[in-house]
Amino acid sequence: MSERFASVDAVRVGLRAVDYLADDSIAGVTFLADRLEKPVMIEGPAGTGKTQLAKSVAEMLGARLIRLQCYEGLDEAKALYEWNYKKQLLRIQAEDEGASWDDVQNDIFSDEFLLERPLLEAIRAEDPVVLLIDEVDRVEMETEALLLEILSDYQVSIPELGTLTANQIPLVFLTSNNTRELSEALKRRCLFLHLDYPTMEREKEIVLTKVPDINDHLADQVARIVRSIRTMELKKHPSVSETLDWARTLLILGKNSISEEDANQTLNILLKYQSDIEKVSKDFSTNSAAHFAT
Amino acid sequence: MTDTDQNLPLFELIEGFVVELRSAGLPVSLVENIDAIEAAKEIPLADRDAFKYALAATLVKNQSHWKTFETLFEVYFSIRGAEYLLDPDADNPFGELDLDMDEMEGQGEQPPGQGGQGGSSMTPEEMAEMLFQAMLHSDQTLMRAIAKQAVKRFAGMEPGRPVGGTYYLYRTLRNLDLDGVIDRLMEQAAQQLGKERLEGLDERLARDEFNDRVEAMKKEIEAEIRRRLVADRGAEAMAKTLRKPLPEDVDFMHASREEMAKIKQAIYPLTRKLAVRLARKRKHKRKGALDFRRTVRASLSYGGVPAEPRFRNPHPAKPEIMVIADISGSVAAFARFTLHLVYAISGQFSKVRSFVFIDGLDEVTHFFDKTDDINQAVHRVNTEADVVWVDGHSDYGHAFEVFWDKFGSQITPKTTVLILGDARNNYHASQSWIVKEVEKKARKVFWLNPEPKAYWNTGDSIVGEYAQFTNGLFEVRTLRQLEKFVDNLA
Repeated sequence: MSERFASVDAVRVGLRAVDYLADDSIAGVTFLADRLEKPVMIEGPAGTGKTQLAKSVAEMLGARLIRLQCYEGLDEAKALYEWNYKKQLLRIQAEDEGASWDDVQNDIFSDEFLLERPLLEAIRAEDPVVLLIDEVDRVEMETEALLLEILSDYQVSIPELGTLTANQIPLVFLTSNNTRELSEALKRRCLFLHLDYPTMEREKEIVLTKVPDINDHLADQVARIVRSIRTMELKKHPSVSETLDWARTLLILGKNSISEEDANQTLNILLKYQSDIEKVSKDFSTNSAAHFAT
Repeated sequence: MTDTDQNLPLFELIEGFVVELRSAGLPVSLVENIDAIEAAKEIPLADRDAFKYALAATLVKNQSHWKTFETLFEVYFSIRGAEYLLDPDADNPFGELDLDMDEMEGQGEQPPGQGGQGGSSMTPEEMAEMLFQAMLHSDQTLMRAIAKQAVKRFAGMEPGRPVGGTYYLYRTLRNLDLDGVIDRLMEQAAQQLGKERLEGLDERLARDEFNDRVEAMKKEIEAEIRRRLVADRGAEAMAKTLRKPLPEDVDFMHASREEMAKIKQAIYPLTRKLAVRLARKRKHKRKGALDFRRTVRASLSYGGVPAEPRFRNPHPAKPEIMVIADISGSVAAFARFTLHLVYAISGQFSKVRSFVFIDGLDEVTHFFDKTDDINQAVHRVNTEADVVWVDGHSDYGHAFEVFWDKFGSQITPKTTVLILGDARNNYHASQSWIVKEVEKKARKVFWLNPEPKAYWNTGDSIVGEYAQFTNGLFEVRTLRQLEKFVDNLA
């Protein structure tokens, strides 16, 4: 059993040291992932720090981050391994007349001709690594199957070489934006972590951590306004990274506190759709009148 | 790890909880069950929140199930773990309460100086002040204490009384006047800024903040009521009464607002799946251009002779979809869902055309195309679409005639036609020959019926007559059934 972390609190403190504010569930699941030797499936809206969590954990552990970015059409040759056929061809051509076929065959299907792709690289690594399989919901249902062997047994079977088992069990994080339902087989193998937008208090803390020069009052206002915006029905809600961008902008503009006018003028940083911007600024300006009328 | 004696109760505890989850409809596999036990060994029950998240990470693999899980967790573990025991009156949680209740009946005020513990001797005014202070400082501990007191005083809980928690919640909240508290908080906030009344952004932010605190207070009260109910009836019985259908099992026709919101969220992954299913059919049929890299790779098996040419997979053709939906009164609740489905589908497929009808029929594709706002689109469909021909009662026959005349020629062998409706035709002519003709021209025709199967072909429902010409008739009342339909497409 691996024991990278002493306790749940150790995870929280460690992540804090690399500027990632983990709540109970994040710290708890990360801790469990290590103890149970299970991959973590992180799901949630865009921009809530899913990918960042994997990066921060790697940073905290001083481990190398190996990242597999998923996309439609991803296949074995790009995710697992591939034979370096050009090199194999050269090897065959360079062969003396005398050598037996068996020798050649054994030779060209050896380590030297194997191109490691992220998944294989992760389990063969000697140094500590964290494997990040990003946006796993982008691959087709059928391609998911590629991941199953490595996720449950930490091994890769290569017909010509046999089964390669992990030197060490890496921490594995998968992220999903939930654009489609993932297969049961994949879900069953993972611990599940839903990352939602942070609470107001946590978001304020995030702002304070990531935007060092900001004052407490402004951070508080930023977090509050963002929370209010997230309660509205919008095409896309502001993500944490957009909150940070906004806070930085306000800082650069030299604001110490946000007036209604400031908010309306800088909404385009927080919101990416014109219809959303209009809706929010309308809501902010007519709000008091509406309440007065009722 | 090998200390079975110590692990046995834990094992049984988790096992029992998993049984509850399963009976609530959550799919928990054996592996996940074992994982949960392993997780519980690592994170002890003592840290309750951490324990909850640990169990959730292993047992709940779908965010829409979270709410169900959380409720069950609170019920099942509510009286397990020392700090969560019902304080002094744990043996008989209602003993003292009855006393309080007698005093409360018929009286606006409670005479002070009764009950044993501090809180009980407060006047309602004192209590209201305490509540106000707790909310002002967002003081979690004080809020919890008040929730306990409030439930004890106002809820009127009696042992064995077969009333749901909502009733008690209502009674407690009625007496607490949380709206009044918000108003007071708003005044207070205004005074701090030296204004008479908050305005604009300030007002908005303050109100959001206080609403948030009120929600937190309500949660405390709910939790307290739940604890008492569990103490009275036992966790298993409570879990049973609290059992609500999972989002995927909620009947579209009777969905509450909140349930509808969840259903809407779940539709999008489903339509994507539908898109994949419809596109996949042709993927294997014809091969594309030569794939040089893979051909050379394959040639290695033959010593460099490209004996086995490899081809690229062709891009799957984009399916075309025509959705024809009944939006008449008899399926009004379903229609709301239908329109959301249509909207979701049109986001997934490039070529979707949507039609709605009652006794007339109109194309509404452009309503969905132009706007990003589903509510606006639905509103426009409901107000602008020309779907009434004579009297606004469903007439499938006439609606199909209009469809056939105007759009029949645009159906191609690539088109999949989805018809959504209950086929309650008000005894008009069925014109089912049109469905037959459509089926001949189109790739597939499917009929989705929101009525329970038992009602099909009774009264004025003639779904059977239409269905004989379609490639499939499906009962679709819940997300699960919709998903099954999508799965069957392949």
